[in-house]
Amino acid sequence: MGRRLLRNPGVVGGTAIFVLLLAAAVLAGAVATHDPTRLDPVNRLKPPSAKNYFGTDEFGRDVWSLVVYGARVSLLVGGVTMILTSLGGIAIGLVAGYYRRLDALIMRFTDGLMAFPAVLLAIAFMAARGPGVWNVIVALSLVYMPRTALLVRSTVLTLRELDYVQAARALGSRDTGITLRHILPNCMAPLLVQGTFIFAYAVLAEAILGFLGVGVPPYVPSWGNVIASGKNVIREAFWVSLFPGIALTVAGLSLNLLGDGLRDTLDPRLRVQ
Amino acid sequence: MGLFLVTAYLIRRVLAVIPVMFVVVTIVFLLIHLIPGDPAAAILGPDATPSQIEATRVQLGLDRPLPEQLWKFYTRLLHGDLGRSYFLNRPVTQALMERAEPTALLTISALLVAVAIGVPSGLIAGAYPGSVWDRVLMFGALMGVCIPGFWLSLNFIYFFAVQLRWLPAGGYASLFVDPWAAARYMVLPAVSLGFNQSALIARIARSCMLEVLQQDYIRTARAKGLSQPVVIIGHAFRNAMVPVVTVIGITTAILIGGAVITEIVFNIPGLGRLIISAILRRDYPVVQGVVLVTAAAYVLVNLVVDVLYVFIDPRIRYG
Repeated sequence: MGRRLLRNPGVVGGTAIFVLLLAAAVLAGAVATHDPTRLDPVNRLKPPSAKNYFGTDEFGRDVWSLVVYGARVSLLVGGVTMILTSLGGIAIGLVAGYYRRLDALIMRFTDGLMAFPAVLLAIAFMAARGPGVWNVIVALSLVYMPRTALLVRSTVLTLRELDYVQAARALGSRDTGITLRHILPNCMAPLLVQGTFIFAYAVLAEAILGFLGVGVPPYVPSWGNVIASGKNVIREAFWVSLFPGIALTVAGLSLNLLGDGLRDTLDPRLRVQ
Repeated sequence: MGLFLVTAYLIRRVLAVIPVMFVVVTIVFLLIHLIPGDPAAAILGPDATPSQIEATRVQLGLDRPLPEQLWKFYTRLLHGDLGRSYFLNRPVTQALMERAEPTALLTISALLVAVAIGVPSGLIAGAYPGSVWDRVLMFGALMGVCIPGFWLSLNFIYFFAVQLRWLPAGGYASLFVDPWAAARYMVLPAVSLGFNQSALIARIARSCMLEVLQQDYIRTARAKGLSQPVVIIGHAFRNAMVPVVTVIGITTAILIGGAVITEIVFNIPGLGRLIISAILRRDYPVVQGVVLVTAAAYVLVNLVVDVLYVFIDPRIRYG
């Protein structure tokens, strides 16, 4: 398994890029050349140079430093959303898949939640709760949780009829024991694959919310916020929105390469030839 | 017999819309209760007096028990009443209708772009797996998944509107008033919104094509000496298209959500600009209305796709 993962170029390349991004986020204090929140009106809208690698924005903030610190927000939101979605999805999916009486009710509710365009539901949630990192995380977790729950449920429904699960039941194992020992481990591979894609969606959705002005507060350096401020000055200074967008694309690329690679390696049934 | 089964399936499918919409409406209703603290105070802002807040609370029915509020929300909705916009001073339904046309036009144009790029790319890549075309197209599809649509829009504006001056940087003209201007305004938004989804369609179309090409009847067609183009177009194409129709349904739903963001970038006066300005003014009935309409559009599109499926794939009729 480990060797097959190492032979997959998507897994290796995606992980490499992701580790670089993560390192930049964790070591932002050392990687950034300026304080990303310091305003410097004299040096506003300066093009990329040796002093400001990615130029400066309309307030004279250094775009390179903004992008580096923005990685913190993006990866934090993406990572925590992935974890919360997986935990919530596992709990709901196991209950729905194993207790048939609750299943119909839970499924109707997930159908209803999935009828909303994901970003729009997150926008509506943010409209009610107000800007903030934690609210973004909760909004995105709520939006993506039904998808994880559906995945776990369908895995449980396939597994519960298999002979070894029936055997465990015949031997007198309890429902909770069967679920945790025999069913949950088999959900892990598809969950990991889906978690990678949810990470990617969440990073993108966080940027969209920031761009629309309903995400993290405007004074927090985040890719979406910087792209939004670059939109206003795109005629004079294209670099303000260009570089955070490239960072966003690279983050998406690393997670998609990793997700595609994991899917091909861990779950041969899903493999696209 | 066949007709009876089809009718029964269609009736069941239409009835299945009811519980979904029930949940959708309940979630939309609950949005206003997600507001931290007192919604009436939040709506009026920091300058409101206690008596104004109390009056608004009564006017919104927030002083009543929750089940009663929910019941009222349903009955009003069934009468086509979504409440009044606080700010625009008109019924929410009227505001929605005024803003629906640009969003619908943008969604449909983007869907046409997505299908026009995605279906041929996927089918060509799938018909010649491993070829240079396959690699180039699938790399394009990977980038299509990774490049954020709203950022692509900004770059399009910079290149095609600011630098080259070929197309307007933003704005809108109604298709029914000035079709030429409408088309010019719509090109950049439709391409930047449709590009992402064309990638999804291309990936699915490719894997469907690969799967169909491995089937026995294709081998038979080849064995009797038909050329590759005849096999692909005459035999494989129709069967590979069946799952693609489902994806187009999913695509439409994603496009409705994406249209909201694209409208902001290109200054298109549609539902997206309506909801964002409503959020800034704390105009919650409008926020609820936009969210409800988009979810209803999604449910409707999926219904249409499922009905179309019956006609495209006869096996469904007996399922």
